[in-house]
Amino acid sequence: MSVKPLTAWIDGIGFIAPGLPDWTSARAVLRGEAALAAAPSVLPAPSLLPPAERRRASRVVKLTLALGLEAAAQAGTDIATLATVFAASGADGHNCHAICEQLATDDRQISPTRFHNSVHNAAAGYWGIATGSMAPCQVLCAYDASFGAGLLDALGQVVVDRQPSLLIAYDSEYPEPLFAKRPVPDVAGVALLLTPERSERSLASIRVMPCTEAAEPLAAADLEALRTTIPALRALPLLKKLAMGEGGQVCLDYLPPMQLMVAVQPC
Amino acid sequence: MTPLLLSAYTATSCLGRGLDATRAALRGGRSGLAPCAFESVRLDTWIGEVAAVDAEKLPEALTEYDCRNNRLTQIGLENDDFAERVRAAIARYGRTRVGVFLGTSTAGILQTELAYRRRDPVTDALPDDFHYRTTHNSFSLAEFTRDYFGLEGMAMAISTACSSSAKVFASAARQLELGSIDAAIVGGVDTLCLTTLYGFASLQLTSTRPCRPYDAARDGISIGEGAAFALLERCEKPATGSVLLLGTGESSDAYHMSSPHPEGLGAKLAMEAALRSAGLSPDAIGYINLHGTSTPANDAAEGKAVGALFGDRVPCSSTKGATGHTLGAAGALEVVICALALTDGLLPGSPGTENLDPAIPLDYLLQSRAAQPRYALSNSFGFGGSNCSLILGVAP
Repeated sequence: MSVKPLTAWIDGIGFIAPGLPDWTSARAVLRGEAALAAAPSVLPAPSLLPPAERRRASRVVKLTLALGLEAAAQAGTDIATLATVFAASGADGHNCHAICEQLATDDRQISPTRFHNSVHNAAAGYWGIATGSMAPCQVLCAYDASFGAGLLDALGQVVVDRQPSLLIAYDSEYPEPLFAKRPVPDVAGVALLLTPERSERSLASIRVMPCTEAAEPLAAADLEALRTTIPALRALPLLKKLAMGEGGQVCLDYLPPMQLMVAVQPC
Repeated sequence: MTPLLLSAYTATSCLGRGLDATRAALRGGRSGLAPCAFESVRLDTWIGEVAAVDAEKLPEALTEYDCRNNRLTQIGLENDDFAERVRAAIARYGRTRVGVFLGTSTAGILQTELAYRRRDPVTDALPDDFHYRTTHNSFSLAEFTRDYFGLEGMAMAISTACSSSAKVFASAARQLELGSIDAAIVGGVDTLCLTTLYGFASLQLTSTRPCRPYDAARDGISIGEGAAFALLERCEKPATGSVLLLGTGESSDAYHMSSPHPEGLGAKLAMEAALRSAGLSPDAIGYINLHGTSTPANDAAEGKAVGALFGDRVPCSSTKGATGHTLGAAGALEVVICALALTDGLLPGSPGTENLDPAIPLDYLLQSRAAQPRYALSNSFGFGGSNCSLILGVAP
């Protein structure tokens, strides 16, 4: 059996994190050209959704739409035909809390909307409704290793199926009392538009290999705190390379003892 | 796709533990559904509960994983020598070369529901013995399985509601095709919990009777629980009679969060993609295990999609009248049922269904029927418009 390399071109990046409302601002901070301001994550209005869904859109729905649209716009990709991989360490934390709280009372008649929004693939479902894309959509979870798992699955689509794939890795916070058990501080995420062929929009090529080395921490303590507290932001060492336009290898945290080595070649 | 061998497989549901119990129930047209008496739930509905799940003890080193969902995971892994076959594959390929791809909709959320009743009356804190990561989190069953076998390679949980454990086959097949792993533990586990029982009731999607897929008077689902697994490997020369995964097809409805596309457009796309992936025409398929949840909308939409592609020529049935709707475990459970149909030469019937809906003209099997299909297709559709069709075949 010949092993096929896990390679792809990155044609677009979407990013939202506390103090970093988009990839342009994140890129400047990662390049050391601007300071990271301490601020909550900012979520754009989900204008692509029909009015009824827009009014009720949760934080994870707004987050994933903004991430995906930013990456797809850079790549100039038609979102209506795009395959997607959603990777998240948890579902909608506030919705989950509300359901568990109500189920602990004598009145267990939970709201039907709350129930259908409780599924791990709720954000992916709204993405489909917003974009009209009937393409395959995978939705996965690997706890703290969710970014790595999503990257492996998206690269599988790109290499095996020879089609572009939009990876949207994201997380959201739980309110108390679950927050004490799973302290993700805020919503955040990263989207990568991965393609099998180089285009004029391509930013870099990547090749992913298993390894057992430790991930390299980020020099800036505030960025390192984002990397370690928000699972999707385990991608930050790779994003730093992309921001700097640097080639070379970077190790990302995945699922101990398995780590992911990413070889980056800027275009 | 390159065909993959199901070198071992097993299923546990309300029909019983393992292939023999499943086979005997399907052959006899028996249903495992019973009136709901789960936990403190007071709902007028029927469920498919696996007996004695909570009597299962996890290994000492893995007690942090203890919850109903991981108990059922272990029960499922220990049937039909499945765990032994996994250990043999690990010995053959190594700990880093066997991947874990498991589907679930709610994992161990029951543990959180129960913990919320035990919050500290003053601080509102959850109890110290509640472990979010190893019980509630969607990854918990995959991480439990990875640790159960001491694996060190890739693992992921796929959670696309009721298509979850069908879609694991597509993800695992891609990694096997790439050569990044040599074998994959694929499957699904979902267990009864208050979120799904009260949630489906709130959507008025649960029946007060045992579910009746494709019946003219069908009026909702019966929720079940289950654990089903397969070991997938590449295989150049599969032995005659062995079961193969031949095609996977995925699509999205892009229509509504909890209602299927009324024309079954997404379902049709998934079945077409699976046929393309397998390199087969619709004529080749000899049995279809329908998603067939028994809601008026699902069966009407799926029926239109199946009719548009296959006409009324292909024998088909939903087995949810026997097993209940095992949600995130349904895809893998029904793959195993297709494998039994292919190897045993018996197409399962549909316990509970009496009067077929005349608006859905399919060759729907009320009773089991002897036949020797070479290829079977299984449909799984979920909330959020997530669709997956799989094609299995028997090696000549």
